[in-house]
Formats: sequence, C-alpha cells, structure tokens
Amino acid sequence: MLFTNLLAGLGMNHSLAWFISQFLSILIFDVVLLVMIAYLLLADRKIWAAVQMRRGPNVVGPFGLFQTFADLFKFLFKEVIIPAGANKVIFMIAPLITVTLAFAGWAVVPLDKHWVVADINVGILYLFAMSSLGVYGIIMAGWASNSKYPFLSALRAAAQMVSYEVSIGFVIITVLLFAGSLNLSKIVEAQATVGPLGFLHWNVFSILFPMLPIFFVSALAETNRPPFDLVEAESELVAGFFVEYSSTPFLLFFLGEYLAIVLMCAMCSILFFGGWLPPLNIVPFTLVPGIIWFLLKICFFFFMFAMVKAMVPRYRYDQLMRLGWKIFLPTSLLWVVVTASWVLVFRHHV
Amino acid sequence: MFEAIAFYFFSAILIASAVMVIAARNPVHSVLFLITAFFNAAGLFVLLGAEFLGMILIVVYVGAVAVLFLFVVMMLDVDFAELKRGSLQYLPFGALIGLVLVAELVMAGSVWAVKPAVGVLAHAAPAGVTNTEALGRILYTDYIYYFQIAGLVLLVAMIGAIVLTLRSRPGVRRQVISVQNARTAAMAVDMHDLKPGQGSEGGA
Repeated sequence: MLFTNLLAGLGMNHSLAWFISQFLSILIFDVVLLVMIAYLLLADRKIWAAVQMRRGPNVVGPFGLFQTFADLFKFLFKEVIIPAGANKVIFMIAPLITVTLAFAGWAVVPLDKHWVVADINVGILYLFAMSSLGVYGIIMAGWASNSKYPFLSALRAAAQMVSYEVSIGFVIITVLLFAGSLNLSKIVEAQATVGPLGFLHWNVFSILFPMLPIFFVSALAETNRPPFDLVEAESELVAGFFVEYSSTPFLLFFLGEYLAIVLMCAMCSILFFGGWLPPLNIVPFTLVPGIIWFLLKICFFFFMFAMVKAMVPRYRYDQLMRLGWKIFLPTSLLWVVVTASWVLVFRHHV
Repeated sequence: MFEAIAFYFFSAILIASAVMVIAARNPVHSVLFLITAFFNAAGLFVLLGAEFLGMILIVVYVGAVAVLFLFVVMMLDVDFAELKRGSLQYLPFGALIGLVLVAELVMAGSVWAVKPAVGVLAHAAPAGVTNTEALGRILYTDYIYYFQIAGLVLLVAMIGAIVLTLRSRPGVRRQVISVQNARTAAMAVDMHDLKPGQGSEGGA
C-alpha cells in the first residue's frame, strides 16, 4: 500500500508495483519489529530487575543495550540437538509454526492511517485466528519431543489457550458491536472525535470499560505469560514444551512468544486505547505522527505485562480454569448483551 | 493470473493433505494433515471472496475443534503394528462410503450442467454490503427463529453430555473461594499466654 503509488509513478506496471511494494513493506515491517522486540526484551529484563532491586543486564554495550544481540548470536551458534526418540519432522516444524504465525498476525495491524500491510474487511477475526493458532506450535512441540514434561505441558496449553480464547472472542464481539466493523482501521476510526478531549471517546472510557481488564488478563493467559505460565512452569515441568529444544529452534519459540505478546499489546491499544489517535486533539499532540502514539501505547501495555510478571505469583491450574470459565466467560457473555442493548437504544433509538 | 496460481496452490495442497489424512499411519499425523486441509479450505474461501467464512473456519475448526481432536488423539495408546494389520478389513465398507460420496458429487455437478438456473444464488448479497453483513442479515434477521432453534438443539446436546458424564461423589471436600476469602485471622489463630516452663494445656 505504502509504495504502490511511488513505484507506479516511476512507470511500473500496476500489479508489479503492488507486488513489490507489498514485499518491501513486509520486509521493512518485519525488520523493524525484530529490532523492537530486541529492545522490548531488554526493557522487560530491566523492569523485572528494577522491581527486584537488581541491576539487570548491564555488561554488553552501554547500559547493556546489546545484550539481546549477544543472546541472539549465542543461540544461533549453538548446536541443534534433536532427541533420538523425537518425531523429527514435527519437532522441527513446531518452532517454525510458532514464529510464522506470530509474524503473520502483524499483517493486519494498522500502525497509522493507511499504514497497514493488508487492510482486510475481517482484520480482527484474522488476528483472533492467528492468535488461536498459536497453540499448535506448543502442542506439536510437546508431542513430538516424546518426553513426559513437554507432553504434560502440551496438554495444559491445549486446555488453557482454548479456554481463554472463548472470553477473548466475546470481548472482541463487544468491541466490534460498538464499532460496527471488523476492520481494524475502522475500529480505530470509530474512536476518533473532533473535540479537544479525544481520549474520552476511546473505547476504554465507554460502556466497554469492564472488557479491558478481562481482555488484558485473557491476553496474559493466551500468551502463557506469568501468572498463567503453567505451560512452562519450571517448578513442575522443568521448562515445559521446550525442554528438549536448544539453539535456533528454541530461539524461534522465544521470538514467537514475544511477538505474540507485543501483538496482544497492539490489540489492547487498537481495541480500547484508540490505536494511532492522539490523546488530546490540541496542537503539540496532533503534530506527533500517529505511529508514535501507537508505539507509545504498545510500550505502555508491554510495561503492564512486565510488571505483572514481576509482581504476581503463579496461579494454580484449577484456579486458572475457574477464572476462565466461571468468571470471565459469564461476564463477557453478559457484556455482549449489555453492549448490544446499549448500541440498539442509544445509536438506533429503538 | 495470480488468483489462478493461488487457487491451484491451495487446492493441490488441500487434496494432497486430505488423502494423507486417511493414508497416514500415525493418527496424530492424520489430525495434523486434517488441520492443513482446513487451512487450505479457508484459503479457497478467501479466494472466493467469502473472507468471513474463511476466518470462521480457521477460528472454529482449526483453532478450537481440531485442538480438542489433537488433545484426545495424542493421549491414545496407539499400537502401530495392530493398526497396520487391521486396516484392510474395513476396505469394502470404506469403498462403499467413498462410492456414495462420489455419486452424490456427480449428481450435484450434473444438476448444475442440466439446469443452470440452480446455480444462481437464492440470496445474493446486495451491492455494497460485506459478506459478513450479508450473512448476518440472513442468519439473524431473515431466519432468526431457525437460528434460535438450532441453538436450542445444541444446548440440549451439551446439557445431555454433561448429565451423562457427571458423577456426584459424596464426601468430597470442595474449595469454596468465598469462604476462604472471608476467613479472618481471628478465625484461624488461637492466642494463648504461656508462662515459661508451663507448656500449653490440653494441646490448645
């Protein structure tokens, strides 16, 4: 989308220009995303360190800024070990699936007005589909390892992620009822307003407010982050589904996990915090490009994810299931009805 | 051109993985091939312009139903030698079902050829309406009562399954969260003032 007109202006065939521009924007998007993940990972570790009154990574480069790259090369240069009893093909496909799905989800995320790789009608459903497929990497890894701990972890992952998808699905339904569209750009634009206090028109300050905590906690469970990291609970399962993984395949799992987390942060900001919209529609704020606001909102949610990991102890598995099925599911289901009624009464004046 | 390439790509993988679902020896591989088949079918839906159906296919079948398939199949204790030996005795039955399905496909296809009017959509979506909205209008506006009845049938099936498998065991200690949260220090701790060398009386 971004470069199509530019290339077509150079006298290129339109479909070829479209193809090259899509390729270029995907390439740039992914490289930027990878660098961003590298520094978010460092920020994550620095935040936990600060909460626990440690220094965190501070040796590699100034303030430890190159720590993630050092880790990257360490993983890349280690030997790939495949257990003799493992199902080799599935064992190697599992990390690829995890990281591919995590990247694929970003295709529909609008960074700014018209700044999106694929502006499709059912963007939010596509995102939901990609995040719900994330469970396959874990299940396949756990089964193919042919080992007890990864297998138990795979079973936990299957039950946990399917359970929390249900409430995430209902939260998404409330948002799209409110916005009247499944297109992510339109969901953001529905939160725009002309008045100076722009942030009051975001979904978080509307009737959808109770859905934000439910979505946030479900996102923690969906991405297997603490306090819901029972899939990789090291006190019980050694390291869960990636016990048998080393080197680059492990790196791919790690990367996929963080990409999924940042994607969930992006979803939080698109669905509830107005995506690329500035908080106040007055001069210094409106001059800042929308992508900066979007990135700031992502960083804010990522900070919340990191703080939760630093401060909250791990849940027990039955408590996790109770929270998902007995509290979140009924609440979000009720809120679908409340939101639908609100839209019907106040927008359509029945 | 690009659509033709995409169509043949998705259909070739779809057919190949559908064959592998029944050809694979290991049931877990079968389920994984089934998932690949679902995924490529979703791709075909998107090519047809039915992006909502494509996404729902992925969310519901791949994201939830197939996960539970995999969940169950992974826990089976599979004896591969046994599986190989017994598979041929089901061949006549399987061939019969396959024949019936092929006959039905041929019949459906020939109706199209003989009477092209059948191929015209009974409920063509109005122009300018996304297929999500068009489907919503048909399901929730035109056929709302049928939709509700379908929901009720599913609810009955769900409650039936729960009733059939529910065991009520007496004497099980349950965790009641509200009771635990209502517990105070005064309910749990007994304070005694003990003198040195005296010990607590009656184990209090």
